[in-house]
Amino acid sequence: MIGTGAGVRGRAVTAATIAIAVLGLSVAGGRLSAAAGQQRASSGPLPETFGFGRPATPAAIAELDIDVMPDGTGLPPGSGTAADGAQTWGRACRGCHGPEGEGGTAAPVVGRDPSGRPLTVGNLWPYATTLYDYINRAMPRPTPGMLTPDQVYSLVAWILAKNEIIAEDAVMNAETLPAVVMPARDRFVPDDRRGGPEVR
Amino acid sequence: MTARSDRRTTSRGQLTRRELLAGTAGAIGAAAVAPVAGQQAIETTRRPGRGPSEIDQRSSFVTPRRDPSATSSRTPLQDLRGTITPADLHFERHHGGVPEIDPARYELVIHGLVERPRVFSLADLKRFPSTSRICFLECSGNLRRGGPETLPQMVCGLTSQTEWTGVMLSTLFDEVGASPNATWFLAEGQDAAVLTRSIPMEKAFDDAMIVYAQNGDALMPGNGYPARLLLPGFEGNSSVKWLRRIELADRPFMTREETSKYTDPLGDGNTMRQFSFVMDARSIITDPAYPRVIEPGWHEIRGLAWSGRGRITRVDISTDGGASWHAADLQAPVLPKAHVRFRYLWNWTGGPGEIMSRATDETGYVQPTWDALREARGPRTRYHQNPITSWTVGDDGRVLFGAERVQS
Repeated sequence: MIGTGAGVRGRAVTAATIAIAVLGLSVAGGRLSAAAGQQRASSGPLPETFGFGRPATPAAIAELDIDVMPDGTGLPPGSGTAADGAQTWGRACRGCHGPEGEGGTAAPVVGRDPSGRPLTVGNLWPYATTLYDYINRAMPRPTPGMLTPDQVYSLVAWILAKNEIIAEDAVMNAETLPAVVMPARDRFVPDDRRGGPEVR
Repeated sequence: MTARSDRRTTSRGQLTRRELLAGTAGAIGAAAVAPVAGQQAIETTRRPGRGPSEIDQRSSFVTPRRDPSATSSRTPLQDLRGTITPADLHFERHHGGVPEIDPARYELVIHGLVERPRVFSLADLKRFPSTSRICFLECSGNLRRGGPETLPQMVCGLTSQTEWTGVMLSTLFDEVGASPNATWFLAEGQDAAVLTRSIPMEKAFDDAMIVYAQNGDALMPGNGYPARLLLPGFEGNSSVKWLRRIELADRPFMTREETSKYTDPLGDGNTMRQFSFVMDARSIITDPAYPRVIEPGWHEIRGLAWSGRGRITRVDISTDGGASWHAADLQAPVLPKAHVRFRYLWNWTGGPGEIMSRATDETGYVQPTWDALREARGPRTRYHQNPITSWTVGDDGRVLFGAERVQS
C-alpha cells in the first residue's frame, strides 16, 4: 500500500529512459513500445488514453489493498501479544504447524538454526511485516482472510516470541512490528545470474 | 454368410465390433478370429461414424494425463509431439486452490504510483490492442529426482507452452499514467492465497502481458481464468493468476513468495539469492524415455529445449553418457523464451547406452551438469535447478531415468 497517485507528475519519462537503456526499447508515436514487433501494442499511433475502464475510487482501492510493506506501510490499527496469540494459535494454527510451531503437515515456523535446518521464520524470514501480510491474507489455510487485526498481531507476536526474536510480553502493533529486526534480515542478495557461459 | 447380409440381421441396423469381426471371419471362411493388419481399415468403412458434435473428445485410445499432487499437476511431456501444450494438459501450480470466478464480476484494479488509478473489467481488457505470443511457462521448482522408473513428466513436467493472447502491460501502464518514480509493481491474485509478487517495472515495459486467452480459447481455470499476468522467461510463480490488483511502488513489497519462498540458498551457507526471476536454459529428451523399450536400429531422439533469456541456439546430444556430443536439429521456428523441439537420428546397435541433451542459448549459457550447479550454488539450492539429465538404455532396450546424473 502506498499513495494513490496524488502528487504524481508527468509521464513515465524516467522509467522509459531506464527501460530504453536496459532493454533496447524504442519510443514510437510518443508512446513506449518495445523494439520487436511482437511486443508492440500497435503499429500505428496510439491515443493518449483509450478511456477504457473507470476510475478506481480510494474506497474501492482500500477494500482490496491489504499488503503490508517492510516499513509498516499498510499495517492497520490494532495490537496483540504472544499470550493473546497462544489462544488463536491453539485454535487456528497448531493443527498444521504443531503445538509449538515445530511443524506438522505444514512447515515449521519456529527455529533459529543458522544453517537453515529446517528453514523457519526464525532463520529465513527477513521482515516481520511479511508475517502480518501473509497470515492476514492467506491463513489459516481452510478459512483464510477471517482473522481480525488483533488476532493477526497476536499470532505474529506469538511466532516472534517463540523464535526468541521479541520478548514474551512485547506488544506488536503498527509501530513496533516494523522495528523488529529479523535474524535473516541481511541474508538476501540480488540475483547475479546474467546468462553467458558462467554457471551461477 | 457375408458381412453385408450379417449387417441386415442386426437390430437397429448397427453392427457391434464383435458382430462385424464374426461376420468378416465368416466371409473369409476362417475358423478362428484373429485381427490382422488392414482388417480394421475395412471395418470402419462398413458403417457410418458418429456425427458432428459440439465439442470434440480425444480418441478413447488416447489418454494423456497430468500427474497431480496436492499442490501441482505435471504436463505429460512424453505424450506430446509438438511445442504447444494442449490447454487441458498445461501444468498447474497453485497455493490456495483454483478459484471459480464469474467473468461478469471480474475486475482488475491498477493503482499506487499512477496518475489515474483505474478499474478494468474483462471486457475492458479485451478492448485494448491485443497481442499473441508463444512462450513457455515453467515453475522454478521444476525438478524431481526419482529412481530409474521416472517419466519425463515427473522429471520436469512443470513446464508447458502456450500461445497466449492479451494486452501488453505497458499499454495499461500508459493508460493509468505510471509514475517515473515507480520501480516495482505488486501483482496480486484473487485465489485463497491472495498470492503476491513484486516485479521490476523494467519487465512491464519489456514484454509483460495481461493475458485472457490460452491457445486461442479462454484461459483454463487452473491457469488463471479469466485473466493472469504473463512474464515471458520468468519463473512461473511470478506470472500471477486470477489477477485482481496491481500496485505500482518505488520499492519491492517483500512478500512471502519472494522472501521465504522462491529464493535460492547459495554455497556460502548463509546468503540467499532473491528475485531470481529468469529461467536458465534447459532441455530434456522426451523420447525415447522411460517407459519405452526400444529395438536396435534407427531412433529419432526427440525433446524440448528452452531458455528464459532468449532463443535456444544449439542442442547437443550424447549417446555415450557424455563422452561425445553431436549437434541436434532444431525445429523451426525457434522463438525466444519458447520451447523448441530438437531431433537427432541415432542408430542404436544394441549395447548399453546413455542418452543426454544439453541446451545452449543465445547468451552463450550452456545447460550445466548437476555437479556444476552444485559447485556454483552449494548442495542446498532449492529452485532453478536445470541440470543435464539422462536416460540409460539397457541391453534389453529398456529405457530408464539416469538418476545418477542428477544425484551427487
